[in-house]
Amino acid sequence: MNTNKKLLSYGILATLVVGLLAAFGGTDLSAAFAAGEEVAATTGGYGPAPVTTAADYPSVAGANGRLVVWIVAQLHLWFAAFVLAVPIFVFIIEVIGMRTRDKRYDDMAYEFIKVSITAYSLTAILGGLLLFALILFYPHLFGYLSTIFSDSMFYYALLFFAESAVLYLYYYGWHWLQGGVRKWIHLTLGLLLNAVGTGLMLLANSWLTFMMSPAGVDAAGVFSGDSWAAIHNFLWNPINIHRFVANIAYGGSIVGAYAAFKFLTAGTDREKAHYDWMGYNANFIAICALLPLPFAGYYLAAEIYAYSQQMGITLMGGIFAWLFIIQAVLIGALFLSANYYLWCGMGRSDGAKRYHKYIKYIAIVLIGAFLVWFTPHTLVLTNSELKALGGPHHSILGPLGIMPAKNTAVNTMIIFTFLSFLFYRRSNKVAVVRWERAGNIAQVALFAAGIANILFLGIYHGYFTNTVYKVAASIPQVMTTFVVIVTSLVLDSFIYRGAKDVGPLHWGRIPDRAQYALFLLAVAFTWLMGLMGYIRSGIRQHWHVVDIMRDNSADAFTPTLGYAANVVSIAAIIFLTMVIFVFWIAQVSSTKTLPSGYWKE
Amino acid sequence: MRQFLTVISFMLLTIGAFAGFSNLGIPQIEPAPPPVEEVIDLGSMNMEQFIALGDRIFNGKGTCTLCHNSLGRAPDLGQIGTNAQARLDDDRYAGDAADIEGYLSESLTNPSAYVVVGFGKAGSDDTESPMPSTSGGSIALSDPELAAVIAYLQDKGGLEVTVEIPTDVEVPEEEPAEVASGEPRAPFTTFQELADEFACEACHTIGEEAGDLGPNLSAIGASRDAEYIRRAILDPNADIAEGFDEGMMPDDMGEQIYAIELEIMVDFLSQLK
Ligand code: HEC
Ligand code: HEC
Ligand code: HEM
Repeated sequence: MNTNKKLLSYGILATLVVGLLAAFGGTDLSAAFAAGEEVAATTGGYGPAPVTTAADYPSVAGANGRLVVWIVAQLHLWFAAFVLAVPIFVFIIEVIGMRTRDKRYDDMAYEFIKVSITAYSLTAILGGLLLFALILFYPHLFGYLSTIFSDSMFYYALLFFAESAVLYLYYYGWHWLQGGVRKWIHLTLGLLLNAVGTGLMLLANSWLTFMMSPAGVDAAGVFSGDSWAAIHNFLWNPINIHRFVANIAYGGSIVGAYAAFKFLTAGTDREKAHYDWMGYNANFIAICALLPLPFAGYYLAAEIYAYSQQMGITLMGGIFAWLFIIQAVLIGALFLSANYYLWCGMGRSDGAKRYHKYIKYIAIVLIGAFLVWFTPHTLVLTNSELKALGGPHHSILGPLGIMPAKNTAVNTMIIFTFLSFLFYRRSNKVAVVRWERAGNIAQVALFAAGIANILFLGIYHGYFTNTVYKVAASIPQVMTTFVVIVTSLVLDSFIYRGAKDVGPLHWGRIPDRAQYALFLLAVAFTWLMGLMGYIRSGIRQHWHVVDIMRDNSADAFTPTLGYAANVVSIAAIIFLTMVIFVFWIAQVSSTKTLPSGYWKE
Repeated sequence: MRQFLTVISFMLLTIGAFAGFSNLGIPQIEPAPPPVEEVIDLGSMNMEQFIALGDRIFNGKGTCTLCHNSLGRAPDLGQIGTNAQARLDDDRYAGDAADIEGYLSESLTNPSAYVVVGFGKAGSDDTESPMPSTSGGSIALSDPELAAVIAYLQDKGGLEVTVEIPTDVEVPEEEPAEVASGEPRAPFTTFQELADEFACEACHTIGEEAGDLGPNLSAIGASRDAEYIRRAILDPNADIAEGFDEGMMPDDMGEQIYAIELEIMVDFLSQLK
């Protein structure tokens, strides 16, 4: 634990720096803001956004400022997402444990939070580093943002202290606050922890979205003084939603990789069983959060479009259109690995053989749906390419690239992933109700009708209707998916009421390669997050704050996709190294070396 | 330890595969560099070169083709020769321009002064243009650049080029674009509100209100079914009502209305018998 404490104190130190600088940002960095403040004095408080020249971006030891800020910010975001997500499902698992009085849940929740606690100090250190890098390389931008957000930066620092306090109480008090009223106190702490954590994320998101969709300032960037307007800018909530859900899926995937590694290196069967179970639960969390993500993503894209047609077209129609092909590959990898893990997991039950024959069909459908998603929509082509294709859309494949087809693909993927899950649940059970056959027929009919409806809506709206009407298909499609999932779950719970188990589940009986699906899940998620970070910032193009504060540095240009992918890959490798370090530390803290004859007796 | 190394190699391989695909599987398009103000040597330019400069700006730095292309996101500027005069003669015209050059200039610097029917921002009843001011904000053309674009547009539209090549180059004034005030509007709930908002009755007779640019819709439900009406609103050029011209009825209603509003209109109209 000693190392842990040391990290903690670094964390607090970094936070102090963050807090002080943020609170007094406007006055402390006087060199950078002297000019702004002069104007501010004459305009009743706030000045216009600074106009910079290339000389205003300090070059420090020949380092590329953009690259440094990019990587540090991304690392901070990865750790922060993880650290904020874990308490969410730890809380849920703890509640499950409390309700079912199954201690395994409580132990697992504790182990999850233990994994995140060391990462917490690293998050703080990286946050401090990010702040430092921003001030160093982008003093005017930081100065401008901190005049607008001085309030919220101050509250951010406060919240961070609160988060630390509650987290350490929650973690170190785990074994102390057990049973009866104490458990309730502990759960309340968990809830508080999540409330504070979410608050932190919302504040940080508002600074980010302000740069994309500024509000509360006039055309020259003069702040009206209305902090809430600046925070509650147009893209704030769409990003909040997408991030919140993505973070949970991401946290689940990282914990899954941890369990997978522990599984592979476990010495005893008991340990294997434990980590298999942990990996299963982590994957389950990741899948649950993965299912709604595509919709949150399309909602975000639609809102970007609604905010600014120009930005929307840059996002979906310009060079970034190719990025969505990479995104599709990654999301395909996510869905496939999550499913593959479920299929392998069926080996834990002796009754799973009954379902083996269906799995290849699910795999085929998933891949088909993935290919449709993969089909690009409007791409920026050269003139000759355009002529060869006869327009920006292919005449027959064209509709595969548009929303109804993609929605159809996404819904199909979701329904079939759910089907995998349903098979998994059934694999160890034998129904005892007399109407089992009828029930199964009803299930088949339900899925068939649902899929038929989704396909019909997709094809009809994709090929035979126009504009708005195309998008109109998405709501009935999502509703269909939703109804199928809920009805099927209810129906199955009746069919399997009082069902017999085929035999005990053999936790730990899963091939090693299944664990690699969990690694793939974690890596793909990490990388995807990095990639999307690039597009989020990329669509601002050469602006620090869109249309208000221009980026005049030598690095204002948008890098190519390949370059961005390389940066993301390097950052991901650094991240991995740090994560391994974190796990290693956690491991070291629990091993004791007893040197003989070293201490005097 | 071996296990550890296998896992690490697996992860590195995965990352390598993603990076490899992004570098090799995807065309590497070099994004356009941020716009810079061209140093224009106007003194030595003739009109042909000046128009060519406008062409370059139009297709490059001006980002005009992002919207003004064949996808129908914005009016076809090939027709500007005939359209510009029509805009000035339009009753809705409330800008300050006296001639075509003035109209073009106004279109570039203050797009909302006159909004081409059907192209306004959703919900603004064609009072607010989605086109950003090209003299400020993210496009930020200087005055000589604007003049070159206008010359190019006049030339492209087959009009007489009336712009003069500016001789005294001033430092362009930064005139930042308006910050879009973004809240999407709330949907309308009745047909009448919709008809008012989108000025259907400017062209159609529906009951009392009389317009005669488009067919009389007072009894449309008797001859057309809901499916036809829906298509007529979303894709007006799919079937052209007899005696009327193609391309009159705004064809981007689909982008301006919510699906639920479409259904309100279709329901209402198909019941007019
Ligand atoms: C974000 C999309 C967008 C961009 C970029 C854009 N425009 Fe437009 N433009 C529109 C829309 C939509 C309209 C129709 C609404 C209106 O009248 O303002 C329009 C209208 C016009 C008109 C009036 C057309 C008419 O028929 O009366 C002109 C002229 C024009 N634009 C020129 C340009 C030029 C030149 C550029 C580049 C410097 C440009 N636009 C960039 C969207 C755009
Ligand atoms: C700028 C004038 C104009 C406006 C505004 C306009 N229309 Fe039209 N509309 C026309 C013209 C011209 C036609 C006939 C040509 C065609 O079918 O495209 C037409 C055709 C139609 C038809 C098909 C009639 C038939 O018998 O085929 C329907 C339905 C219709 N409009 C509904 C609407 C509604 C609803 C609105 C308001 C949201 C509207 N229109 C606004 C000009 C207009
Ligand atoms: C299964 C589907 C999806 C998954 C797994 C997914 C995953 C993610 C993840 C992990 C992030 C990073 C979040 C963060 O930084 O905290 C992200 C951000 C983003 N996603 Fe998605 N996404 C999905 C669908 C979509 C879709 C369909 C779109 C748009 C068409 C989209 C657009 C974006 C954008 C613009 C960002 C950057 C915003 C930000 O920084 O938070 N996503 N996504």
